[in-house]
Amino acid sequence: MNHLSLIITREYLTKVRNKSFIIMTFLSPLLIVGIFGLVAYLSNLNNDTVRNISVLDESGLFAEDFESTSHTKYKLLFNVPLEDAKAEAEKNEIYGLLYIPKSENLESLSEGITFYSQDSPSLSMMKDINNMLESKVNILKLKDAGIDSQLINDLRIKVAANQVTFKGEETSKMGSGLKLVFGGAAGYLLFMFIIIYGNMIMRSVIEEKTSRVIEVIISSVKPRVLLLGKIIGTTLAGITQFLIWVILSFALLTAISAIFGVDVAGGAPSQQVIQQGVDGGAEQIVQDVIREINNLPIANLVIMFVLFFVGGYLLYASLYAAVGAAVDSETDTQQFMMPILMPLMLAVYVGFFTVIDNPHGTVSQVFSYIPFTSPVVMLMRIPFGVPLWQQLISVAILFLTFFGTVWFAAKIYRVGILMYGKKPTYKELLKWLRY
Amino acid sequence: MEKLLEVNNVSKHYGDYKALNDVSITVEKGSIFGLLGPNGAGKTTLIRIINQITMPDSGKVILDGEPLQPHHIQQIGYLPEERGLYKTMKVGEQALYLAQLKGLSKQEAKARLKYWFDRLEIGDWWDKKIQELSKGMAQKIQFVVTVLHTPKLLIFDEPFSGFDPINANLIKDEILKLRDDGATVIFSTHRMESVEEMCDHIALIHKSNKILDGSLIDIKREYRSNTFEIGLVTPDHVATTAALKEKFEIFPASFKSINNELQYKVKLPDSSSSNDFVSFLTAQGQLTHFVEVVPSASDIFIETIQKN
Repeated sequence: MNHLSLIITREYLTKVRNKSFIIMTFLSPLLIVGIFGLVAYLSNLNNDTVRNISVLDESGLFAEDFESTSHTKYKLLFNVPLEDAKAEAEKNEIYGLLYIPKSENLESLSEGITFYSQDSPSLSMMKDINNMLESKVNILKLKDAGIDSQLINDLRIKVAANQVTFKGEETSKMGSGLKLVFGGAAGYLLFMFIIIYGNMIMRSVIEEKTSRVIEVIISSVKPRVLLLGKIIGTTLAGITQFLIWVILSFALLTAISAIFGVDVAGGAPSQQVIQQGVDGGAEQIVQDVIREINNLPIANLVIMFVLFFVGGYLLYASLYAAVGAAVDSETDTQQFMMPILMPLMLAVYVGFFTVIDNPHGTVSQVFSYIPFTSPVVMLMRIPFGVPLWQQLISVAILFLTFFGTVWFAAKIYRVGILMYGKKPTYKELLKWLRY
Repeated sequence: MEKLLEVNNVSKHYGDYKALNDVSITVEKGSIFGLLGPNGAGKTTLIRIINQITMPDSGKVILDGEPLQPHHIQQIGYLPEERGLYKTMKVGEQALYLAQLKGLSKQEAKARLKYWFDRLEIGDWWDKKIQELSKGMAQKIQFVVTVLHTPKLLIFDEPFSGFDPINANLIKDEILKLRDDGATVIFSTHRMESVEEMCDHIALIHKSNKILDGSLIDIKREYRSNTFEIGLVTPDHVATTAALKEKFEIFPASFKSINNELQYKVKLPDSSSSNDFVSFLTAQGQLTHFVEVVPSASDIFIETIQKN
């Protein structure tokens, strides 16, 4: 075996066999899914409590409209004075008392409606009650004016503008959502990957320094080969962990949703599906989603994802390794982490605020060329359609910078791994480049 | 003698700091070469240049007749002063890994490790993690790993630090045995008694310059000052002391003796011979002790550094 594969194997095996790595790998999805399950379970539990509400309808107009549900039970009171009803409700610990006064006209009646309760009532429940009363009052008002409310409903026409690109491809609002999900997921995944495994590389460099094994190693291997082997080995361990996370999370989510009957797998898009489902029917939605996915530049997305992911990750990984080489212990890294984390955070903020707002605005464009932010920002822009030449320029800038940083990191690394004691200043780091 | 290593006019700067200034050394095959110098003199830089960890700014290094090349790494075994092993890795796995990095095949490395582990009686450490071992135990592993690939050139930087006297002796004997088996050793240390015992040849580096170089015996010859330690039984100590003082430079001396005698170190003028001195002494009284004072490596070290 040559040096590089020996180093990669060692790095990979020590990472994968490490106890805390194994625990993290299997515990993280359990924790995440567990918390998710707990929330789902608790909210189920919350919904299970039945609210008893007394209704004192002196007007007699709403008698037929209160339909009890599994969560809310209405009890109609008749011919009881308000004070007695209130006292009764409080004594029996009833959730609330809805009072509708008798009145000459609907306006003053509406103003007189009152909900009495022990504490502030649930917002969602009040909204339901208000909506119900409001629509009923409106129907009555129309009736007073001699208009048939059914007729109005029948005459109403819905408008949803068809969205078509100039090339004739149909788009839809759901398409934009889908693009956001794809782009956001890609960008965020890269961000997480850089943070987690960049740190791991840094720690492994520091470990070699603190255990003083480094000089033994580099008397056999070129520092550049060691650096490369470290990055590749750690990355492979990272990919292994990520894959296990994905598989485990998926399996667990499926299991949980089966047990609790909650649609957890759907997540964010499911809400859109439900909303549109009201308008267009479920089948139409599924067709729309499939069509939108087909409309996405899948091949472009995948190729660029790989390029930006590799370029962006390696760019940052080499910087992390350089930081590890420059210091003696993890506590000293803070000062050097700032310049790494700042552009990374900036990329994510620009991605999630600016790109979502306007994928092709000036800010989005500029940040998708700057190599330290382009992997995240460009990945988020691509689903919205970025001309190929722009993508290629961005990739070219990224890889040129990547070679620059690797050169820089290798220099710092080569000198830094043999420097013990004092934490270097930025000025000294620059000096190292000339050693 | 055949040369194994030649370092020719090597210089190295770190920024404005000059770590090595035009240093040349020659190491003969099968010898033990002591590389001496105060802390920060540039020894480690020179050793790192020989190991191709650092590149020299100028000058050449020739190993066994060839200019230094990457593949030479496999012919050198280096035990750095700042040394250690992966703490969480198991002994056997780690030794195999390091041996393979030095170019041994896995099977070969395993066989040789078994030989060494049996020899040093550390076979049952194979599955232990380094962090479970004491410092001395870890040092033994480190020594084995350094010599396992039977390098032509062995470089030991403070090899005895971290060892108790018994183990230090054991390692010393192993180094001598490796030399006898044909290896050439460069040996950097501050322990002058080991230099005295082991080195055939020494070079002294001070403030980035080589200030002394040669075989230990030649250097000692050069540094001897025609000084003798004497014991003399005389009836009148005061008179004899006065007589000595008149002709020579004398210094107090003290050695164990069964006689009640006069004890001095006496420096003769460069021209005078020891025979004349003995005649002079026997005329004064009965000579009971007569030894030439040979400078120790430590004396030479201190004297040379102070001169510069």
